[in-house]
Amino acid sequence: MLSPADVDRIAALARLELTDEERARFATQLSAILAYADQVQQAETSAAAAEAAAPGDARMRDDLPLPCLDRGLVLSQAPAADRAAGLFKVPRVLGS
Amino acid sequence: MSLPESASDIRAAVARNEISAVEVCRAALDRIARQDPPLHAFLHVDAERALARAAQLDRDRPADAPLLGVPIALKDNICTAGVKTTAGSRLLEDYLPPYSAHVVERLERAGAVIVGKTNCDEFAMGSSTEHSAFGPTRNPWALDRTPGGSSGGSAVAVASGMVPLALGSDTGGSIRQPAALCGVLGLKPTYGRVSRYGLIAFGSSLDQIGPFGHSARDLAAIAGVIGGHDTRDSTSADAPVPDYAASLTGDVKGLRIGVPRALVADGVDPGVRAAFDASLETLRDAGASLIDVELPHAGLAIPVYYLVANAEASSNLARYDGVRYGARADASTLHDTYYRTRARFGAEVKRRIMIGTFVLSAGYYDAYYLKAHQVRALIRRDYDQAFARVDVVAMPTSPTPAFRLGERTDDPLQMYLVDVFTVSANLAGLPAISIPCGLTDASLPVGLQLTGKPFDEATLLGAAEAVERRIPRRRPTSGSL
Repeated sequence: MLSPADVDRIAALARLELTDEERARFATQLSAILAYADQVQQAETSAAAAEAAAPGDARMRDDLPLPCLDRGLVLSQAPAADRAAGLFKVPRVLGS
Repeated sequence: MSLPESASDIRAAVARNEISAVEVCRAALDRIARQDPPLHAFLHVDAERALARAAQLDRDRPADAPLLGVPIALKDNICTAGVKTTAGSRLLEDYLPPYSAHVVERLERAGAVIVGKTNCDEFAMGSSTEHSAFGPTRNPWALDRTPGGSSGGSAVAVASGMVPLALGSDTGGSIRQPAALCGVLGLKPTYGRVSRYGLIAFGSSLDQIGPFGHSARDLAAIAGVIGGHDTRDSTSADAPVPDYAASLTGDVKGLRIGVPRALVADGVDPGVRAAFDASLETLRDAGASLIDVELPHAGLAIPVYYLVANAEASSNLARYDGVRYGARADASTLHDTYYRTRARFGAEVKRRIMIGTFVLSAGYYDAYYLKAHQVRALIRRDYDQAFARVDVVAMPTSPTPAFRLGERTDDPLQMYLVDVFTVSANLAGLPAISIPCGLTDASLPVGLQLTGKPFDEATLLGAAEAVERRIPRRRPTSGSL
């Protein structure tokens, strides 16, 4: 059973701001979902372990320079940007 | 001449100059204007752009255009350059993608006219289209019911006859389940068959784009257009795309249909069961054989799915940080910008991000995520073993017909359980189709789901054609209010 403190800890990991109402509701709902998901523990998976651990079949390609999106076009979708300098802008990262 | 109903007939009529692409486009736009208000299948319709595109086709008359003049709707998580793409989220409310998805390029090259973008659960997370930030879509068969989801808008756009074809995306049933609940066909191709370049990512090991339509013939036409290799999606398969139309013989003699009797024994609505059983009898009468198969781990597919998909979602949705695109909330530090921007996710998206974050976190990874991956491998092996004896596996697409708006929104787990028969095809990477197979006593559509071997969409489309010729189809009445 997740406590509201657990919910806060997970929300912080996910960078999510929750309302008080969401914190209370999510503690119950996430606990129910995780209790249901616990069913996977019943499965005997030793035969599958090696297979699951094997890498997928993602295809590799040569590392070549190729045409990419226009910088101005990309920056046009940014909430804040210095288009002349070609930069995304964000609020300050350090200090108060 | 009057407007043909099917994509195949529209293409033929435009190619023969019996009707112009502009006339077809106008007719579709008129239907949307008339029929969509009570349904809310569409989030944006760009009439000007669509008509300009149709006029261009009338001028150019491209040869070898298998979808010439065909109006098509796209789920709003498929990027269209310069046209709003919201994924049903406040975070992308004003987002104009700088590029188009691979499937959009393919459709345009094939002569299709994209008329609008359809409603969906936020970031495709849901089974009812009620989790859209822009309000729910309603089912044209019964306006107090959901169309299913997450691609509910695309299913309704086709079911109500506003467009003959639409694309959706399917991570755990998001094409097949709304297709079933709205009485149309829906195909989830094999993982790797259709490039996801330009599809807004949800669960990257599961996501696949596929079509909705009224006939196997129309589905075959669009599946042939969107399938095939693309270097911009590293999971895109370099496998030949067959001529799907060649499989539409209507003949199922010798087709071996596996039926996992134990899996479908419980929890299936009686009306769904009756239509499912009758459709299997119909296929047997037509020369197919029904063979009992076991999928011993498929009963664990829902918990496995919600662990794997949410883990991937928590990672994929980390990009919505208010920096490069999408909405940004006002805050004085970058740290607070992240939190406040992401506060705008809807409740279901937050729940899933949190489940995913939790199961990937230190101390829980092995018990949840790794274990889920191992059970996923067993589910895949169950199918491999079944396909040694059968050509397709049959199940109802959904255990229930369309449910009422609001009926399941308070209990997320109840909503997840409606995916019980669809998620295993995604976990195993297999192609699967939902075929309309009758109505319940309350006149709600039922879907027959057939799951096939990897890259064997042709057999699924062939079986769909056989069902279509033998089980009479009806159209919803409230869609044409």
